Amino acid sequence: MRITSPHAHGPMSTPRVMLNVLLATVPGIVVMTHFFGFGTLVNILWGGLVAVACEALALKLRGRPLGFYLKDYSALVTATLLCIALPPYSPWWLIAVGIASAILLAKHLYGGLGYNPFNPAMAGYVILLISFPVQMTAWAPPRGVGELPGLLEALQACFTPAAFDGVTMATPLDVMKQNNSLLVKDLWQQNPQFGRWAGVGWEWANLAFLAGGAWLLYKRIFTWHAPVAMLAALTLMAALFNDGGSSASGGSPLFHLLSGATMFGAFFIVTDPVTSAVSVRGRLVYGAMIGALVYIIRVRGNYPDAVAFAVLIMNFAAPFIDYYTQPRTYGHQRSGGGE
Amino acid sequence: MTDLFAQYPLLTALIALVTLGAVFGAVLGFAAERFKTEGNPIVDQINAILPQTQCGQCGHPGCRPYAEAIANGEAINKCPPGGEAGIQALADLLDVEAIPLDEEHGEESVKKVAYIREPECIGCTKCLQACPVDAILGAAKQMHTIITSECTGCDLCVEPCPVDCIDMVPAEEEGLQSWHWELPDPVARKVEIIATDAPRDEAA
Amino acid sequence: MRKIYGFHGGIHPPENKHQSLRSPIADAGIPPELVIPLSQHIGAPSRAVVAVGDRVLKGQMIAEPSGFVSVPVHAPTSGTIAAVEDRQIAHPSGHAAPCIVIASDGRDQWIEHGGKADYTSLDKAELLERIRNAGIAGMGGAGFPAAVKLSVKPDIKIETLIINGTECEPYITADDVLMRERAGEIIEGTNILRHIVQPHETLIGIEDNKPEALAAMRAAAEGSDIDIVEFPTKYPSGGEKQLIEILTGKQVPSGGLPADVGVICQNVGSAVAIRDAVVDGRPLISRITTVTGEGVAQPQNFEVLLGTSMHYLLDKAGYSAEKNRRLIMGGPMMGFTVPSPDVPIVKTTNCLLAPAESELPTPPPAQACIRCGMCAEACPVTLLPQQMFWFAQGKEFEKLELHNLFDCIECGACSWVCPSNIPLVQYYRASKAEILQLRRDTEKSEHSRIRFEARQERLAKEEAEKEAKRAARKKAAEERAQQAATAGGDEDPIQAAIERAKAKKAAQQAGGGEVSELEKLEKAVATTRKRLETATGKLETAKAEGSDLVEALQTGVDKTKAKLEAAEKALHDYQQANSGEQAKPAAPTDAAQAAIEKAMAARAADASLSPEDKARGQLEKLRQRLEKSRTKLAESRENGDEEKIIEALEATVERLSQKVAEAEKQLQETEGA
Repeated sequence: MRITSPHAHGPMSTPRVMLNVLLATVPGIVVMTHFFGFGTLVNILWGGLVAVACEALALKLRGRPLGFYLKDYSALVTATLLCIALPPYSPWWLIAVGIASAILLAKHLYGGLGYNPFNPAMAGYVILLISFPVQMTAWAPPRGVGELPGLLEALQACFTPAAFDGVTMATPLDVMKQNNSLLVKDLWQQNPQFGRWAGVGWEWANLAFLAGGAWLLYKRIFTWHAPVAMLAALTLMAALFNDGGSSASGGSPLFHLLSGATMFGAFFIVTDPVTSAVSVRGRLVYGAMIGALVYIIRVRGNYPDAVAFAVLIMNFAAPFIDYYTQPRTYGHQRSGGGE
Repeated sequence: MTDLFAQYPLLTALIALVTLGAVFGAVLGFAAERFKTEGNPIVDQINAILPQTQCGQCGHPGCRPYAEAIANGEAINKCPPGGEAGIQALADLLDVEAIPLDEEHGEESVKKVAYIREPECIGCTKCLQACPVDAILGAAKQMHTIITSECTGCDLCVEPCPVDCIDMVPAEEEGLQSWHWELPDPVARKVEIIATDAPRDEAA
Repeated sequence: MRKIYGFHGGIHPPENKHQSLRSPIADAGIPPELVIPLSQHIGAPSRAVVAVGDRVLKGQMIAEPSGFVSVPVHAPTSGTIAAVEDRQIAHPSGHAAPCIVIASDGRDQWIEHGGKADYTSLDKAELLERIRNAGIAGMGGAGFPAAVKLSVKPDIKIETLIINGTECEPYITADDVLMRERAGEIIEGTNILRHIVQPHETLIGIEDNKPEALAAMRAAAEGSDIDIVEFPTKYPSGGEKQLIEILTGKQVPSGGLPADVGVICQNVGSAVAIRDAVVDGRPLISRITTVTGEGVAQPQNFEVLLGTSMHYLLDKAGYSAEKNRRLIMGGPMMGFTVPSPDVPIVKTTNCLLAPAESELPTPPPAQACIRCGMCAEACPVTLLPQQMFWFAQGKEFEKLELHNLFDCIECGACSWVCPSNIPLVQYYRASKAEILQLRRDTEKSEHSRIRFEARQERLAKEEAEKEAKRAARKKAAEERAQQAATAGGDEDPIQAAIERAKAKKAAQQAGGGEVSELEKLEKAVATTRKRLETATGKLETAKAEGSDLVEALQTGVDKTKAKLEAAEKALHDYQQANSGEQAKPAAPTDAAQAAIEKAMAARAADASLSPEDKARGQLEKLRQRLEKSRTKLAESRENGDEEKIIEALEATVERLSQKVAEAEKQLQETEGA
């Protein structure tokens, strides 16, 4: 058999990329566990199990060697990302449905890793959000605001939902959205979960994901273009429409940057290479559009958080963006793209 | 004026529609004149895709007649020399679905050229008359030969030859000049696991 | 300090250059046999000018260039020509190519040669001629003839002459040692090049990972206008286009040449070869080759005669075949695996890399592309490799071209960084080849179309001419008849004869159209023949008597002969047309049409049949053909045709009989199976 050049190969491999992404989620998970208890951890463990099972099933049905494909860890990444986005203490079936949708519908029905037009984790999340809105908005109160269940209770919450009737509490984004009578200043005073900048626990979780993302950037797993463009666009939108804190305010830039899934989305969802635009300019456009959409949907839409919707909408647009942002090749006068 | 409109809504609607129609009609009419394209007629475009072997396997005397037939709605899968690639190109051009080659008209095979075994040729000129592209050189009672670079491999000269001295031979054997890299074969890389849906005989 | 520009992308693979730099350049010596391929460069292969058994001297031209983009080949040592034949050469395909084999005599006897130390007295054309005659072809690895590169059109002004000492590929150190040890010769060669192209500035680009070479070159260039430029190490900065961008900030236009932006690039190895050719009159017969990798015990650089077997050279470096999985000519990024270690070293062999499996492992199976974009970041020409991979898989050639596939320099940076181990470069190479093939096919089909249309036109014209002649004849006949009618008054004998003839004709026509026509023609032939016979008889008598009438009679005979021929032809035409009509009523004269119809009918019949039926049909057809041939043969014998024709027909019958027998056998087999 003939092998073409190059005969040498760099150190990077797809499983390594995936492992690095998994590793980078650790600080965020630790912070979430600290503030919301063991719920997220239980989510991830159960979700990971379901994901590997679904992946194996799909590979078996498609007649592919199991060992080789399972070793790329992509199913685990999808599961981890989806489980981080789910509310802690979600029932087992909710997680199972979400993971199965993500792996089977959003990924393998389209041809498996690399061929899926939509981000599997976000597709699974949106399917759940639309189908089970009650369970999907039942967030536990953070440490310091409510009581944290222990590990045993967390397991109970997951596998025998009837036995666990956890206290839930609206997230700061929820409150901000529902509010139409109080000034922003008063919101902070009247709701304990708002914390210092953007919500107890949320602000720290966001910072932890930012740290994880920064590490991935340092490891050159992805480029800065998409996440930075997204955060910049979100900040810009929040700053433009920030009215200084009236009862109709959308919230300050800092509030938006550090609440909900902003940082998690910016560094772990928007950077998903498969479903994003590919060129540098394309990624800038892609990220910026997601940032703008996140703000619009958060403030004007029906759901409190918007990263999932914004990402899915832009997944649609990615091929289109690619078409018009082809970089200028060496020795060519004008940029390509367009016929 | 406004009162009139308010009073007769039906009339208003009618006027509005007629006006809109007139305006858009004018715009379209102008555009049709202004941006008129003197593009190739469709037959030329189809003919450009056909392989020009003039072999007649499609049932038409040459490629252009088939191109005309396609333009008039004949199936696009009757050209074996063009093969699947040709059908795909035609399908793209005509915006129809690509259909598999109609085996009735022959199968896609490697490119061939005619070869006359010269000592056996009796110089009857029958093949000369059959050749659609004048690729055979010869005269009555003189030995004939194929101008290989002009031969399209249509094999129309084989049948008329009374002494059966014409062979169809593969156009070019793989040599140093014609060799090139092939697309990577997933099977050659030891496992059938590239993520494309490689054909799986046992599961199909 | 000169401004250094960058280029997009690039990678930093492990360099692995120190292994082969531990000792100076060694002489590889004279092997017992030299195999010199006729095509060691880009362009037309050279033409051998020696025959087996000839004795050649070192430096003697043994093959001449066969075109503008071609170079001669010289004997690397003295000896006898052992063979001129196809041998396996260093090419990824493993194919054989024409080679000249020299059995060396070990005397290493030079042919008379001489250079010109004072090259400034020579003009540009003469220098180029000397370079061309020395057989110098791009020693950096691509093998483009140096003289062709230097012959730019007179209206193009060369601003910058760049000497490429980059050597960015890992492992290779051939240029590095050359610069360390022969810096003076490089500078001398560079000065010759400057004399030829007359540039504004001359730059020698060297990566900063070669401090010794830089120092040596700086020392040698002291006091001259030659600028030694140091720039950061990055693969592939040694690519011509990349180096031009690094040093000048200019980009060579897509599909263009460096001369289009006023730059000419030459490799340091070529500079030395040019110096040797001009100053010493020594053609290119040896080069410096790095032998390295864990498969050899003493990696080092050799000065080796072209045509030396790789095995011979590897053994000099302590080669152990069991350690080495595959042998690579060139570097690990752009080199190719050679089919066997017995192939010869050529002008472009800058490195022999014999890595152990652990050193350059066999690539693992490719995984799915996750479009991570690392390839796009690494691409030195700013392509989108992941998109092109997508299109290459789907054979979407138009989109590939739209994504500038042909600007790809195949440097391998994308494959190197690809986390999924996708052999991207192979996809691009295969797609390029396929697109080129497609272009050739389109060209050919266009050509065929034009020829076909020209033929149709010609046939139509011939038909029209015939038609016109027929019409003219008819008209003339009518006119004559009219004249006769008007001229004729009373009963005169002519008129009476005409009347008789007319009456006869009318009777014949009444007897039946088709048959009477044929009969008429046959009769015409018969009567004419009779008349000819009478006329010939008369002529004979006249000749015998010595009459005055001989000449007149002779003309008469000739005329009758012509008439007979015409009549015969008319008859023949009629018969042919008639038989054609039976087979194909629409276009009787077009044999192609007839053949098409036949072939079509046959195919239509074939299509619905099972293989067995097909075989049976085939057999039937063969039998028919055999029958036909037999009849023809019998006819020929009866007619007493030429010996040759009968022989040919006999051979045909025999062949067809064989074919029938074969087909029968096959059919039996299919039926049995």
